[in-house]
Amino acid sequence: MKKLINNPSDVVNEQLLGLAAAHPELHLSLAPRYVCRKDIPQGKVAVVSGGGSGHDPLHCGYVGFGMLDGACPGEIFTSPTPDQMYECAKHVDRGAGVLFIVKNYTGDVLNFETSAELCKMDGIQVQCILIDDDVAVKGGGHTSGRRGVGLTVLAEKIVGAAAQAGYSLGACADLCRRINQNGRSMGVALSSCIIPEAGETTFLLDNDEIELGIGIHGEQGVERRCMASVDILVELMVEHIFSDPEYVRVAREMNSASGEWEDVQLVSTPFSRGESFIVLVNGMGGTPPGELYGVYRKFAELCDEKGVSIKRNLVGTYISSLEMQGCSITMLRADDEMVRLWDARAVTPGLCFPSCDDVTSCGTSNAD
Amino acid sequence: MLTKKNVLIWFEKSADAMAEHKQELHLLDAAIGDGDHGINMNRGFGKLALELPVMGAMTLQEIFKHAGMVLLSTVGGASGPLYGTLFLKGAATVGTSEALDASAVLTFFDAGVEGLVARGRTEENDKTMYDVWAPVLREYELCLEAEMEFVEILAACVCAAEVGMKATIPMLARKGRASYLGERSIGHQDPGATSSYYLINALYESIRE
Ligand SMILES: Nc1ncnc2c1ncn2[C@@H]1O[C@H](COP(=O)(O)OP(=O)(O)O)[C@@H](O)[C@H]1O
Ligand SMILES: [Mg+2]
Repeated sequence: MKKLINNPSDVVNEQLLGLAAAHPELHLSLAPRYVCRKDIPQGKVAVVSGGGSGHDPLHCGYVGFGMLDGACPGEIFTSPTPDQMYECAKHVDRGAGVLFIVKNYTGDVLNFETSAELCKMDGIQVQCILIDDDVAVKGGGHTSGRRGVGLTVLAEKIVGAAAQAGYSLGACADLCRRINQNGRSMGVALSSCIIPEAGETTFLLDNDEIELGIGIHGEQGVERRCMASVDILVELMVEHIFSDPEYVRVAREMNSASGEWEDVQLVSTPFSRGESFIVLVNGMGGTPPGELYGVYRKFAELCDEKGVSIKRNLVGTYISSLEMQGCSITMLRADDEMVRLWDARAVTPGLCFPSCDDVTSCGTSNAD
Repeated sequence: MLTKKNVLIWFEKSADAMAEHKQELHLLDAAIGDGDHGINMNRGFGKLALELPVMGAMTLQEIFKHAGMVLLSTVGGASGPLYGTLFLKGAATVGTSEALDASAVLTFFDAGVEGLVARGRTEENDKTMYDVWAPVLREYELCLEAEMEFVEILAACVCAAEVGMKATIPMLARKGRASYLGERSIGHQDPGATSSYYLINALYESIRE
């Protein structure tokens, strides 16, 4: 294992200290561990996310103006614990409540729900909204459901902008839920990755093998197959996304009136011709930007053939799996409100959106 | 009777068991999960063992609450909030008692496991730790009705726990990470069921002494 690290058990804290040193506008707490904005305005809904580390820039890199107010990193690929989210929520709440954006992994869900209950006992208004966009997981009903992957980045940007614009907690939650019901992702891994504490690769791929439908932790995908050209791989991913049927599942959310958990049915309808999208072509950590543009070229061509329009795009490494080679494609069926919020100003270590006055053509080349 | 002293010994023995079986739990989780269950449990119960001196000065209810919070904040993964909830919900039934009789212990576990089930949204046969707790609680109730001695009840519960743990082997996982493996989860013992067995066994040993 060759990595720029010291003792493997110090990796997460040392990297956070580096992030805080590079970005003095962020506040870092190490016990319990969270990163938050220093300049959260009174009366603004706080948006908080978190999960295992190793997915940089997600989530800590998205703390800042117009995105997250706080992020709670666990150990690498391991859920954070409820005390982190609880202390973070107390720190960032400005009286308008806290929205937790939670990727659908049992550990994340249970830890966030527990912290939401602790917050509630303290009189902090909270809501948990799930992201479960990974179409590689089939038969959601018999498993813990689809995993949360690339759509999380888009949700954090759009919902963060909404909170910055003064949306209420309920409105932020509704928007986030709507984003989740309109997003789908699919990924492919060309190589595995090494968790520093484990010291060896999490799964093995032969030189000419790839894993189609990988999550963000090297979980088993849909199919292991031989390597192919970028055009073929992108076609496969896009086919999975467009042929994905209606997906119905139940999520647990907090009833805002009673403060009790209630089950909410979520439905994602298939994508079809004529619809508009915000898309993300994402690198897994070990894929050069050029290859991602190679992916985008084919992807945009296929979208054209399918008669759907890409309103906005993002191409780069935004939710990674350490040094894994590979990429994922995320498509969010976007309405005007989402696009407007997408364009809003954001200033974070991992994602910067200039204000609309500064620039008119950033990532909007295909628009209208 | 389960006294404060028994509870502290229970925690100490649990920590020993998690340390001793760390590798076994790791391997079970590596087979159908992500391999961190041994590390998680050892980290959490190791921390709990360090807290024992502080807990000596607490009331019984505070001890259980504190244990719940320690597990909640140190175990991590899916099992952290599940074990944490078990102790926190159990603690709520203790009130001002300084020791629990056999029937109060059942009340404790009934509430704790109810909390675990609500948190995990799990049912029997999902191949989780609940597949140990459910038969253990049934066994406990039967033994209590038969007016058995506390230590005998616990001995019977250890047997029920072992049966429950082994019964997870042929099950198809429907909760947690293992559920993504589908059919391939069959033939492996559930790691959380195994750590639950060690917890129940440690309780028995703390009373037997
Ligand atoms: N929904 C659930 N309900 C009850 N127990 C669960 C649930 N999900 C997972 N578990 C238990 O947790 C164990 C795994 O714990 P652990 O490895 O520490 O967490 P993670 O799965 O997040 O890595 C499983 O073996 C199972 O017994
Ligand atoms: Mg695990």
